[in-house]
Amino acid sequence: MNGIHDMGGLHGFGPVEIEPNEPVFTTEWGSRVFCMVQVIDGLGIWNLDEHRHEIELMAPEDYLSDTYYGRWMFAMERILERRNILSREEVDHRVEEIATDKREFAPLQSVGRNWPLAEDDKVPWGAWRKDEVVKPEFSEGQWVRVRNIHPPGHTRVTNYTRGKAGEVFRVNDQAWVFPDTRAHYRGENLQAVYTVRFEAQTLWGEEHAEPNSYVYIDLSENHLELIQED
Amino acid sequence: MGHDHTHPEKAWQAIRTEAIESLLNEINVLSSDDVDRVVKHYEENVGPKTGASVIARAWVDPEFKKRLLADGLAACEELGIGGPETELLHVVENTPAIHNVVVCTLCSCYPWPILGLPPAWYKSSAYRSRLVREPRKVLSELGVVLADEIEVRVWDSVSEIRYLVMPERPENTEHLSEAELIDLISRDHMIGVARDIKLNGQEN
Repeated sequence: MNGIHDMGGLHGFGPVEIEPNEPVFTTEWGSRVFCMVQVIDGLGIWNLDEHRHEIELMAPEDYLSDTYYGRWMFAMERILERRNILSREEVDHRVEEIATDKREFAPLQSVGRNWPLAEDDKVPWGAWRKDEVVKPEFSEGQWVRVRNIHPPGHTRVTNYTRGKAGEVFRVNDQAWVFPDTRAHYRGENLQAVYTVRFEAQTLWGEEHAEPNSYVYIDLSENHLELIQED
Repeated sequence: MGHDHTHPEKAWQAIRTEAIESLLNEINVLSSDDVDRVVKHYEENVGPKTGASVIARAWVDPEFKKRLLADGLAACEELGIGGPETELLHVVENTPAIHNVVVCTLCSCYPWPILGLPPAWYKSSAYRSRLVREPRKVLSELGVVLADEIEVRVWDSVSEIRYLVMPERPENTEHLSEAELIDLISRDHMIGVARDIKLNGQEN
C-alpha cells in the first residue's frame, strides 16, 4: 500500500539527530511491548509480514506521532483481537481496573477464546524455507525494471524504485517467502530475492541526485521484469 | 520520535502495556518471566560489541574475513553469534574508494543478533526518508564528509537479508590486540554513519 511507512525519498523530516549513549530501551513499557512480541513471534499466532502490514494500517497521523514501540503495541493488539485471543474490550476493561487501582481483577470469560491454538491453526515463522529450492529467473549483471505496481495491501517494493531500471548485483537464490501474498494468507510463493543496484540519477533525476552514489535494494522476483536487450 | 524521550512517558501507554501483559499471563499465552529473559538478553547479552568482535576478528584473520564476506551468518555462528531477525547476512566492506551505509526505508530492519536493537535515530522518519535520496548530505551532517571520488553505496534492507558494514582497519594498529581493536569499532561504523576509526587518545 502507498502508506506513510514507505518513506524513502520524502522531504520535510529535518535533520537526523543522534543521541550519544542512548539506552537499549528508552521506556520500560516499550521494552515490555517489544519483548512480548518477541515471545509471541514463536507461538504461531501471526507471521512477520502480517505483523508489519498491521503497522502500515495505522492512520498516517497516528503512525507519525507514535513511537516505534507504540506502533508495535497497536499491531499486537489488533492481531490478537482478530485471532480471537484477546479482545479490545478485555484490554480496555483491564486498563480501567489498573487506572482505578483495583486490587483484584474481574475473572475473564474463556468461552470461545482461540487459545491454545490448534496445531493446524499455527502460522509458520521465518522467511527462508531451507527445505525448498527455487530457480531464479534473472542473473547477475542483467538489467531489470521494477514493476510499476501499487498494490493496496502489503508489499516490500518501495515507491521510489517503481518503474526504475537497475542492474542485478546479486542473486539471493534461497527460497524466500513472498511477503506481498503471505501477509494476506494468499500463499508463500517462494522465490529468489535480488539485490538490485540503482544509480542515484535514475532514482532522483539529474538535477537533484548526488554524484557517484548508488542505492542497493533487495526485491522479490515478482517485483522485477527483465529489460530485453536489442 | 525517539529523540524526544526526555519528555515524560505517556502514562496511558504504560498502563495499556501492563494491562495486555497481565491478560496474556492470565490466559497463558506468555509468562512475564519469558518476557524478562528477552529484555535481559537485549539489555545485557547482545549489542554493538557483538558486531565489533566480528569485525575485529576479520581484521586479524584473513581466512575468517573471506568466510565472513562469503556467508556472514555462517561466519558469525563460528563465534557463537546468531538469533532472530537475521536469516541471511551480507557484510559489505569499506575501501578507500567505497563507503557503505545501511537503512530500511519501510520499517527499521536491522541485524539484531549482530548489533543489538537499533538506536532511535535509525528508526526516525528523517533517516529513513533522507538516506536513500541524499546520503552524502546526511553523512556530512553526521560528520562524514566524503569526496566525490568515493562511491557511496546505500543498502536499503527491505527484504529479509541484513547488512553489516565492515570499516577499514586503521593504519598503525598492528601492535593492538583483538580486544583493543574491538574497542575501536562503534555501532555507527557498522551502520555506516561513521567512517574513520580513531585510535584511543587520538584527537578528533
